[in-house]
Amino acid sequence: MELLLDSLFNGVAIGSVLLVAALGLAIVFGLMGVINLAHGELMMLGAYTTYVTQLIFKLPILKPFYNSYIIVSIFLAFIVSGVVGILLEKTIIRRLYGSPLETLLATWGVSLILQQFVRSVPLAYGTGLVISLLIGLFLPSAFPSKIKESINFKYFKFSSWIFAALTGVLTGSVISSSVSKLSRASARNVDVTAPSWMRGQVEIIGTAFPKTRLMIIVITLISVIAITLFLNQSAWGMRIRAVTQNRQMSDCLGISTEKVDIITFGIGSGLAGVAGVAVSLLGSVGPNVGGNYIVGCFMVVVLVGVGNLLGTVLASFGIGIMTDLIGAGRLLSIWPDMPLPLSNTINFFATTSMARVMIFALIVMFLQFKPTGLFPQKGRMVEN
Amino acid sequence: MRISRRILAGLATASLAVTATSCGGGGTSGSFDDTVTVGILHSLSGTMAISESTLVDTEKMAIEEINAAGGVTVGGKSYKIEYIVEDGASDWPTFAEKSKKLIDQDGVPVVFGGWTSASRKAMLPVYESKDAFLYYPIQYEAQECSNNIFYTGATPNQQSEPATDFMYKRSPAAGGDFFLVGSDYVFPRTSNTITKAQVKQLGGKVVGEDYLPLGNTEVAPIISKIKKALPEGGIIINTLNGDQNVAFFKQIQDAGITPSSGYYVMNYSIAEEEISTIGPEFLEGHYGAWNYMMSIDTPASKKFAKSFKKRWGADRVVADPQESAYNMVYLWKQAVEDAGTFDDNAVREALVGQKFDAPQGPVEVMPNHHLSQTVRIGEINAEGGFTILEETGVVLPQAWNQKHPSSKGYACDWTDPSKGEKYKL
Repeated sequence: MELLLDSLFNGVAIGSVLLVAALGLAIVFGLMGVINLAHGELMMLGAYTTYVTQLIFKLPILKPFYNSYIIVSIFLAFIVSGVVGILLEKTIIRRLYGSPLETLLATWGVSLILQQFVRSVPLAYGTGLVISLLIGLFLPSAFPSKIKESINFKYFKFSSWIFAALTGVLTGSVISSSVSKLSRASARNVDVTAPSWMRGQVEIIGTAFPKTRLMIIVITLISVIAITLFLNQSAWGMRIRAVTQNRQMSDCLGISTEKVDIITFGIGSGLAGVAGVAVSLLGSVGPNVGGNYIVGCFMVVVLVGVGNLLGTVLASFGIGIMTDLIGAGRLLSIWPDMPLPLSNTINFFATTSMARVMIFALIVMFLQFKPTGLFPQKGRMVEN
Repeated sequence: MRISRRILAGLATASLAVTATSCGGGGTSGSFDDTVTVGILHSLSGTMAISESTLVDTEKMAIEEINAAGGVTVGGKSYKIEYIVEDGASDWPTFAEKSKKLIDQDGVPVVFGGWTSASRKAMLPVYESKDAFLYYPIQYEAQECSNNIFYTGATPNQQSEPATDFMYKRSPAAGGDFFLVGSDYVFPRTSNTITKAQVKQLGGKVVGEDYLPLGNTEVAPIISKIKKALPEGGIIINTLNGDQNVAFFKQIQDAGITPSSGYYVMNYSIAEEEISTIGPEFLEGHYGAWNYMMSIDTPASKKFAKSFKKRWGADRVVADPQESAYNMVYLWKQAVEDAGTFDDNAVREALVGQKFDAPQGPVEVMPNHHLSQTVRIGEINAEGGFTILEETGVVLPQAWNQKHPSSKGYACDWTDPSKGEKYKL
């Protein structure tokens, strides 16, 4: 029983990291058909946001709230990655809809740019830049349209960008002068330390579980529930689904597909940011952190098929549990006296590297029989 | 959409790579007769940048020190050392490519470079075919002895063997079972083969072994294996590299694998630099084995640490790989001056037998192109340094390990043409 619980927990723990990382990709890829190779780098931005938030919460004014920085950083990471994602959509991806190969190359280029960006720009100014982007993109729409009509909208937009740039430079230099660690550019990996209440383990039914893992599972669950509710209950969710099913018809019916695209991409990117917070709790934060996860994300998305949230959940946990079963050699402890050749085979695959090989092989085999994935999309859309 | 999304996703997964950047540099000018340009080749980006960039800093500092003291004097002429820094980008073929560039295009007489064994193995054929010379500063698995490489790091008998001996006989977990964890490449695998042979000789037991693919930070399966294999605590030998250590130590502490519950980790790739990145709160009470530790209380060691901090910032630390990198620049300078030329073959001959008062104590270049060094075992303390527990005398390097089944009874000697790379003792 304890073994089963332990194995199940480990599988869910590995799976939830995969799930939270793949969730944003599943939305962007599944609903919009955009292959976003910069998804890993949006995760990286989320992870760096956690790091910056952690350092800012060490300042004397915010010190009393230090323990809650991780919660704050989840929201900040969502916003930061979301804003960068929206910018990416507005400047590049929008121009490439319908040409997936070009999107693939362009987003790969963006991923390289983002990696080099965090290497060569001090994080304080990076933060400033994100803040100015945030203001520049959203300030014009924050004013009621009456004011906008009374002045020339072009000047209005222009001046709000100037205001945004100034605010960005200002925050950048304030952060840079108050937190010395953020004032220098560095390619070195940095470290996020979980607040003390999140370290150590909790005991549930006689088995000890690491708290950070539980936290990641909670983050994942909340993200999945929130996104499901959003897609199924909200008006914008309905519009997103409508556009997914039939873009032209939705357009004819007066749905602004442009806005739908921005929102979908923004949410997908924001979820990547949340994933970044989660992975920063497990390892170190560096320019390459996204690259380490993106293969796993695509693995999940390919296994599921296009645009199925439930499938994404099942596939992530499935891969997680398989990784644990194979990698930790669990079958041997369930069935200790199996025949020798079989136990030798299992032992051979019971290392982390070989388990990965095995998982890939299983997925390839599975796709031979079900090439459209676990949950193929049915209906008219499939035909075009 | 004509092309299926699935195929595209597959393409996407396959097309991940790293870029490389490079930059040049130099020091301040004084009164020199001429200049000589050397190559520095380490990863400044990618997963190994965390470790390798410190070597670049140290090598630059050593070169600046030598320049400030009058440069290299060859044939009565004083040469100022200049350098070209290339980025290996944590990508092994890039190391080979950049080596070719440094040798052919820039014509450097010597390259200081490398960290991982994989990068060295990728570079080796380049240096051998072009008969150039690489100085490699990292403790490694040995089982190699090239005429075109000079190894200033420890061989296993200068690091892991004394460390295993300490763990089994004199650590708080003495007599306990061993679990071996490493990154999945040549150093951890060879090092662990040697450790397994040694543990067997000592009468101990290795109860498990696992390797994490480079770049992977999912250590949950390894943790459950450790818990299963060592339910009451024991000895863990860790040869993980780079930032994988952060994931490993964060997660084992959360899983209750700590010194207070009887688990002691002996690390071969964690020095002061890594401790400050991972955070001493995760490492306190675990062990490390090195030739140089910043806490060595000698004037040479203190001077080394002090000048590094002065050059690169008070929050910086020095560690064993940096000390090896520092030594190799000085040993190259001495050999060049003794040889009276920058020519590789003459320098190579002059190099063997060079002695240097290194920060760790005296070192000497042996005929097998390795260094004789002192071994130290330290416990990681809350301040982010090592408390030195043991210190051996000077240990001679074994290029071919005497415990590894494939190399037992072999040695290397480049001063005797009849012996060479691998001869039977």
